[in-house]
Amino acid sequence: MAVQEFVSPTSLSEAQQAVGDGTASSWLAGGTDLLVGIRLGARDPARVIDLKQIPELTAIQVDETAVRIGAAASAFDVLHNSDVPSQFPGLAEALNLIGSTQITGRCSAGGNLCNASPAADSIPALIANGAKCRILGPDGERTLAVEDFVVGPNQNALASSELLIELILPRPTPGTSDAYLRLTPRTEMDIAVAGAGVSITMDESGECTAARIAIGAVAPTALLVEAAAEALMGSQLDQTAIDAAVAAVRAAARPICDKRGTAEYRIHVVGVLASRALANARARIKKAHS
Amino acid sequence: MNKPLNKMAVQATINGESKAFLCSPGQVLAEVLRDELELIGTKIGCNTGDCGACSVLVDDRLVCSCLVLAAEVEGKSVLTVEGVANGGELHPVQQKLLEHGGLQCGICTPGVVIAAKALLEHNPYPTEEQARYWLAGNLCRCTGYDKIIRAVLDAAKTMRGGAA
Amino acid sequence: MNAYQEFKIIGSRPIRPDGLDKVTGRARYGADLNMQGQLYGHVVRSPHAHAVIQSIDCSKALAMEGVLAVMTGDDLVKPGNEMLGSGEGAMALKDLVPMVMSQGKVLFHSQAVAAVAATSPELAAEASEAVEVAYEVLPVVTDLHKALAADAPILHDDRFPDGYPDEPTNLATHISLTVGDPDAAFEKADVVIEQTYSVPMCHQGYIEPHACVARADAAGRVDLWCCTQGHFAVRHYTSAVTGIDAGKIKVTASEIGGGFGGKTTVYLEPLAVVLAQKSGRPVKMVMDRGDVFRATGPAPGAETKVKLGATCDGKLVAADVECLMDSGAYNGNPAGIPAFMATACYKLKDARSTGRSVYTNKPKIHAYRAPSIPQVTLGVELAITELAAELGIDPIEFRLMNAVEEGDANMMGASYKRIGLRECLEVARNHGHYKSAVAEGAGRGVAMGYWINAGMQSSATLNVIADGHVSILTGSPDIGGSRASMALMASEVLGIPFEHIHPQVAATDSVGHTDVTGGSRTTLATGQAVIQAAEQCVAEMCRRAAAEWEVEPGLVSWSQGAAHYGDQSLTFEDLAGRAGAMGGPLTFSTSLTSTSTAPGFGVHICDAEVDKETGRTTITRYTAIQDAGKAIHPDYVEGQMQGGAVQGIGWALNEEYLYSDEGALENPGFLDYRIPVASDLPFINAVIVEVPNPLHPFGVKGVGEVPIVPPMPAIAEAVYQSTGVRFRDLPLNPPKILAALANS
Repeated sequence: MAVQEFVSPTSLSEAQQAVGDGTASSWLAGGTDLLVGIRLGARDPARVIDLKQIPELTAIQVDETAVRIGAAASAFDVLHNSDVPSQFPGLAEALNLIGSTQITGRCSAGGNLCNASPAADSIPALIANGAKCRILGPDGERTLAVEDFVVGPNQNALASSELLIELILPRPTPGTSDAYLRLTPRTEMDIAVAGAGVSITMDESGECTAARIAIGAVAPTALLVEAAAEALMGSQLDQTAIDAAVAAVRAAARPICDKRGTAEYRIHVVGVLASRALANARARIKKAHS
Repeated sequence: MNKPLNKMAVQATINGESKAFLCSPGQVLAEVLRDELELIGTKIGCNTGDCGACSVLVDDRLVCSCLVLAAEVEGKSVLTVEGVANGGELHPVQQKLLEHGGLQCGICTPGVVIAAKALLEHNPYPTEEQARYWLAGNLCRCTGYDKIIRAVLDAAKTMRGGAA
Repeated sequence: MNAYQEFKIIGSRPIRPDGLDKVTGRARYGADLNMQGQLYGHVVRSPHAHAVIQSIDCSKALAMEGVLAVMTGDDLVKPGNEMLGSGEGAMALKDLVPMVMSQGKVLFHSQAVAAVAATSPELAAEASEAVEVAYEVLPVVTDLHKALAADAPILHDDRFPDGYPDEPTNLATHISLTVGDPDAAFEKADVVIEQTYSVPMCHQGYIEPHACVARADAAGRVDLWCCTQGHFAVRHYTSAVTGIDAGKIKVTASEIGGGFGGKTTVYLEPLAVVLAQKSGRPVKMVMDRGDVFRATGPAPGAETKVKLGATCDGKLVAADVECLMDSGAYNGNPAGIPAFMATACYKLKDARSTGRSVYTNKPKIHAYRAPSIPQVTLGVELAITELAAELGIDPIEFRLMNAVEEGDANMMGASYKRIGLRECLEVARNHGHYKSAVAEGAGRGVAMGYWINAGMQSSATLNVIADGHVSILTGSPDIGGSRASMALMASEVLGIPFEHIHPQVAATDSVGHTDVTGGSRTTLATGQAVIQAAEQCVAEMCRRAAAEWEVEPGLVSWSQGAAHYGDQSLTFEDLAGRAGAMGGPLTFSTSLTSTSTAPGFGVHICDAEVDKETGRTTITRYTAIQDAGKAIHPDYVEGQMQGGAVQGIGWALNEEYLYSDEGALENPGFLDYRIPVASDLPFINAVIVEVPNPLHPFGVKGVGEVPIVPPMPAIAEAVYQSTGVRFRDLPLNPPKILAALANS
């Protein structure tokens, strides 16, 4: 069955009406997963609802407490926002890695999240930054942490008529930075074999006072590895602490073997990536301190 | 908000001219450009956004036209390879690709022209590495990219007025 | 030596004649032509890799509104033992027909089993789902060794290779050549290296999918437009597969979006013709990208055992090379080339080489740039490097000590004429890249490569236009700039400006027979036809000028685009403009079978750095050196060298066909079939060496194929130098490298 209907609501209430009648519908943000899915037969909506005419969904707003990224805002727009890349360089790294320039121009962090691929680049970076999902449904709004939003490979927590409106990232406190790294055989145009996003906070003495480490492509969903964060807390991010964090990351990983890599390889590499991402984040903090 | 139709009427500016076309709701822009508007310069190599041969600009944004629904360009401006030259005058990217031999079979060339034009508008001073990453979504199987990258860097120089 | 010692325009770099259309989007490729009233064809493909087709019921599909024709393998000829062509292009009809459409049995996943034509692509796709095919599914074998095991499912119970007349086997071919006494020679060797190397199946990876549109009229004539490396071959094959007289088929070659050997056959074309005949409407067909990977092309994976022996003084004394190659489901004849050419770079009096090919449940393999040689060269070149290391001799020095030169004989018994291998090695040894220090953590590899280069048949027609311009028609699809070469060569002979020459690729009814653009032959052989046509034009113009001046033609000379006698001159433009009055239109057609071919050699130097924690390899510096004989248009010679090197880089590092146990390709797209992207690479430094081919008027040697031969061993060696671990099985993807590092 082909797509029978294309609608482009201009407000959230119109969007809710558009999805309300039981017709198999798909939200369209950048389309870089949806349209491929339709082409390859994995998705088959009768109705496509374009979200990009709804101002809230493409807005990027920065206030004193949080950065709010509209669910359909393109990665390109986020990357060229005046505040987001400097506050969340790791998230920017992740968004920049989602496909080519052409893909980045269309894809959105919200779409990347909703598509819920185990290998999605933005999800570990969002989790590391403590991002929350603002969700609108027929009965009103709810908020969910990103790590709880993805429930399985290509499965998210949205009910059929619910809509992800925006991602809310608390602004980093002083002494905080993030980083994201992934491993792909090619430099670009590739799917992560493993990925690691970290956000750490260090006080003036160099002590780690907060940490979040999330890993991708090594489990059915991206994982927040609390044990890894605990290994770093209170440390000077010395080798012992980092080794412990890496060990925790590897212990948490439960990957599969597939065409993109073996389980053994992924477990090893996700540790390497976490360690390197920690080094990058620390370097960013030190640069900001100096 | 649009009413449901099996064929949708879309109005857009294509290569500077106002155009109206009909499309199915699920039809992608690449197909409409080629089959309805006869702009066959936009090539389809994969239909899944992995090769870049169908690159076009939509409101100055570089996209794969196989991953844009035609209905999405309502009211927008689309630039295809056919609209890049200014009358008889080639864009520096086109001219430099010719001068450097930056094409062999030429199937990727329209996409490269569009992507490189977008790069130079976005960043007039690209380094080799920046040019390579920006163009990573434009697969070329013939050239090994060497002469393409040289042409793009040379075009950048030309557009800056010959300055280094 | 040739008559053109000093070139006026050959070797310059003008803008190619077809360039403007290609940078502005006007050039028309396979999918860019629509015929009025056309239907859209869609192929029904097998979901099984090995099965007997019990029945095909197209009635529901045909009953759908807007579906105008359906077809199955029954609509194609039933092949016996007919051979198509001879020599290099030889192929059995029974190995071609099933690659177009199966007849009774499917032997690989996504093999065509039926096709429909309907009024829209969507409808055609929907109708193809309504075609009901019943299969009896059979066990699948995709692995080379398993295919040769006693309990393997047999793909063809009616085929017996030479020397195996009785027992059914999946062995497709077995060819062995011996010169001298290699067994005795190994006894004399001080050092012997014996190793096994492997290369995976890969795809040519052209960006343009196969596409065509066909029209058939009531008189049985067929008009076919398609992207191909050889439209005369398409005419021949389409005729053979459909039974339509070749004389009734006209094929026009569109611009071609890459081929690399993969577009030297037919897949969709005969189907579009049959559907057009059945429906009475033109039929357009464009292959889906996934089907391009699943059902066309691939280059064979191979395993090569190499045994080399040398004496302490650095002399290679014996070789034994045994290459086992994948043939896919039908006979793609991959084994002969390694048998004949495995050791073509080396002086060897005592050598044996063996090629075997094996049927597996995969698409029949097809030509890919220097077909079969990169696979076997990986082993030979790595073994040579290992041998040099054992002997403590620099790898280039060791190669120089053993490289073939003029007068040496190869395994086929032929003597090399003037070749440029030593020159390339010397350039490599003295190159700044080779002399530079290797960066900390990186490694450097060197390897060389050979390709025989083809001659074959070519034709050209040169028409002089009244204003002094010239149109040149050839039958060679231009895949990488050959029209520029043709115009340069004609300009050189005629002495008129490059811009006044208008080369075109003519349809099958407009120019003499021309074999495929393949075998690195076009600039050489079709170029020769153009040169001869231009020389005939010059001779005729001199004759006409002589008649005008009432002197002996032999006294008239030609230079600077004009005929001269004493102080009298008649320019090309004068003679063109007055052609009608001076003897009639000036048209010159030449056809030839070129025997002027010369083998090509190249040497590559690669620096690579391996991330020891992740196993990921980065190519940091790359130099390709090659003897081109004479570079007609150096940009496009360099382009061949750079493009071929990068294809080799892709094959070395990440390109690989991955099959499920059921024989389904797991990575049929550019996302997971990882050809190199721009950011993966450094500039590829191309160094053209010119050792003129004495048999060719301009000294040309083929250049297109050699550059894919050296990269795999050069990269594998660089990775060894970076990591200290020898890799003999490609691709060198990160998991494989890291696993080996962990075990070392």
